[in-house]
Amino acid sequence: MSSLLLRHGVVVHDDSVAVGDVLVHDGRIVEVGAKVENPGGAREIDCSGSWIGPGFVDLHTHLREPGREEAETIESGARAAAIGGYTAVVAMANTEPALDNVALVSYVLDRGARTLIDVAVCGAITQGRRGELLAPLAEMAQLGVRLFSDDGTGVQNPLLMLRALTYAKPLGVRLAQHCEDELLAAGGSMNEGLLSSRRGLVGRPALAEELMVMRDIELVRHSGGALHFLHLSTARSLEMVARARLEGLDITCEVAPHHFTLDESSCDGFDPMFKVHPPLRTALDVVALRGALQGSDIDAVATDHAPHAPELKDLAFDEAPAGMLGLEHAASLTYEALGGESCDPVRFFSLLSRGPARVAQLRQGDARVRHGAHWAALVAGEDANLVVFDPARRWRASREELHGRSLNTPYHGRAMLGRVRATIAKGRLVVDEGELV
Amino acid sequence: MTTTLRGQNLLTLEDLSREAIVEILDTAESFVEVNSRTIKKVPALKGRVVASLFYEESTRTRLSFETAAKRLSADVLSLAVASSSVKKGESLRDTIATIDALGIDAVVMRHQSSGAAVQVSRYVPHVRVINAGDGQHQHPTQGLLDAFTIRQVLAERAGTTGRDSGSELFEGLRVLIVGDIRHSRVARSDIDAYVALGAEVRVAGPGTLLPPDVEHWPVSVVANYDEALEWADVVGLLRLQRERGSGSFVPSLGEFTQTFGLSVPRARRLRPETIIMHPGPMNRGVEIDSRVADLPSAVIERQVANGVPIRMAVLYLAVAGTRMESVL
Repeated sequence: MSSLLLRHGVVVHDDSVAVGDVLVHDGRIVEVGAKVENPGGAREIDCSGSWIGPGFVDLHTHLREPGREEAETIESGARAAAIGGYTAVVAMANTEPALDNVALVSYVLDRGARTLIDVAVCGAITQGRRGELLAPLAEMAQLGVRLFSDDGTGVQNPLLMLRALTYAKPLGVRLAQHCEDELLAAGGSMNEGLLSSRRGLVGRPALAEELMVMRDIELVRHSGGALHFLHLSTARSLEMVARARLEGLDITCEVAPHHFTLDESSCDGFDPMFKVHPPLRTALDVVALRGALQGSDIDAVATDHAPHAPELKDLAFDEAPAGMLGLEHAASLTYEALGGESCDPVRFFSLLSRGPARVAQLRQGDARVRHGAHWAALVAGEDANLVVFDPARRWRASREELHGRSLNTPYHGRAMLGRVRATIAKGRLVVDEGELV
Repeated sequence: MTTTLRGQNLLTLEDLSREAIVEILDTAESFVEVNSRTIKKVPALKGRVVASLFYEESTRTRLSFETAAKRLSADVLSLAVASSSVKKGESLRDTIATIDALGIDAVVMRHQSSGAAVQVSRYVPHVRVINAGDGQHQHPTQGLLDAFTIRQVLAERAGTTGRDSGSELFEGLRVLIVGDIRHSRVARSDIDAYVALGAEVRVAGPGTLLPPDVEHWPVSVVANYDEALEWADVVGLLRLQRERGSGSFVPSLGEFTQTFGLSVPRARRLRPETIIMHPGPMNRGVEIDSRVADLPSAVIERQVANGVPIRMAVLYLAVAGTRMESVL
């Protein structure tokens, strides 16, 4: 395998940065230092001004395969992920049929292994995601599944959720919850408030999310289980989760880029591109989320990358499916939200790489899922899963320049700051100067 | 703020200025006269094509719009959605593109989803889109014809014409809207029109049928319904939208009638000149007692009659894009 020498970059470790070089050979990092000799034959990439850090890990990717291949496949989603700087994604269980058994999980893992990046799986908590009976969590855990979720909807029944937490605990896996009480969400299509009320759209109130966050915190307390909160979108949700963590409960959480860059006013023109669950919230919630990104209560930025075929986003607002693309824009949006030029690179990689890798339990040498070392330090011996991010690069998001199968980005035309230059996944340079190799 | 409908879409009344609304009412007033002639037709939109696209059946609104278009000499393409490919899963964008390919100047559209007309207006920017009711969002021509009817009645009483009065008769006018505000596109359009024209609007209804965040609407919620009836110059009743699930928002129709129906005893609280309105179709015996609906101060049939001139005015201004000239 060829060698690669990343020159003069800002190497971002887990609590410090240092200008230097990183030498990759035969799929591994072989040397990191202020000045690394080219052993001869290594291709050099000048990384001056760019950040070199562990590849991003997405905890929340909808790859749509099996069932909705017209919207995305494991392969097309992996390409989009690589462009976005991701070297590993966790594929969500809400495919058709749902990833609720060993055969389907194996299928996704096998297909994923043939892509540019690592693909882990989030299995379903309940059979068919119907919220009635537990899925075979232990069997799926033996395949290396470390996260389980019925995402798309949460587990509505509190007794079943309590059993799932209790059952999962000794397996060393974590449940991940989409918090929205479906009865309170009432089939609504945007945040409930003055705007939904004036526009005659049924609202999904913040209460629908917050009441379930509150419920699940208590279920974790009661069961001693481990829970990850998916895409928290309100100030109150974050407050409750922060308090619960302080109390020592085993709770992790993520926020999605759309929730800290867009607010409900985007829905004013009834463009289904801005329809997502949980919905885009108020401007105050956006401020709260951005503030929290700077602190230590959020483990990860996760995309909730949700491809939908174009014709489905041409339906009426209340009839169109919820969800938007995220993989190709998340890093730039996170950089912007962390203050742009004042963004702390350590925090940046904590939110995009190390935090999510910890939640996903991606371990070096985990033979069952063949993952590289996505959360380790940048030192010799580690598998080379790296990203080179140019924080000064200005560009414009465009739906014509996406790499997945779908076009439903809410960011078409948006001015972006900071861009992934290179992605080295599974030891190979897969994205070079922003283009797939 | 849109200051004139000339050459514009009519999607909502929320951003229409007072002068734009007055212009529409004045134009409609000219058309009232046309409708009383033996030959009820003017060549204003001769050669223009107006499509009517009703995803939700509404015989009265559809007839009213199509009559209006025909009286302006426009050709009318009427798409019966129930028998079209829309039922076969065609998207909003494809349906409108297909009709557009036939060559149309305007589309009058009714849809069960809020915002559908706004979406369609983005797909066909060269076509004037007239919202004939979208979900629970807006029903702009209903709001306009209700305002027109109020102005007409008040002008007659004052011995003047609507046109001469402009928006004067609305200054400080006390309007009470009662019932299922939450699910009503008519309420939203009525409120926008009345407030823009200078009226004071209050709403009354069961807590569950008031819209979320109503305290931030340009209306106030009445604390005492019976007192509000005495206060009002105009009472607008709304149909309980049972098909939109309003049933589960109140314990029973009987209880709704008991608490907010305009019964005979309650109607006695109204001043004799208070105008009673209803956009129809009425649930007689639910939100309004039959005998109240037939009082002389109830102008429900007049509202229906005014539908045609208002829709003529809207189509004329939006499509012809000019002021009234010698077309009459």
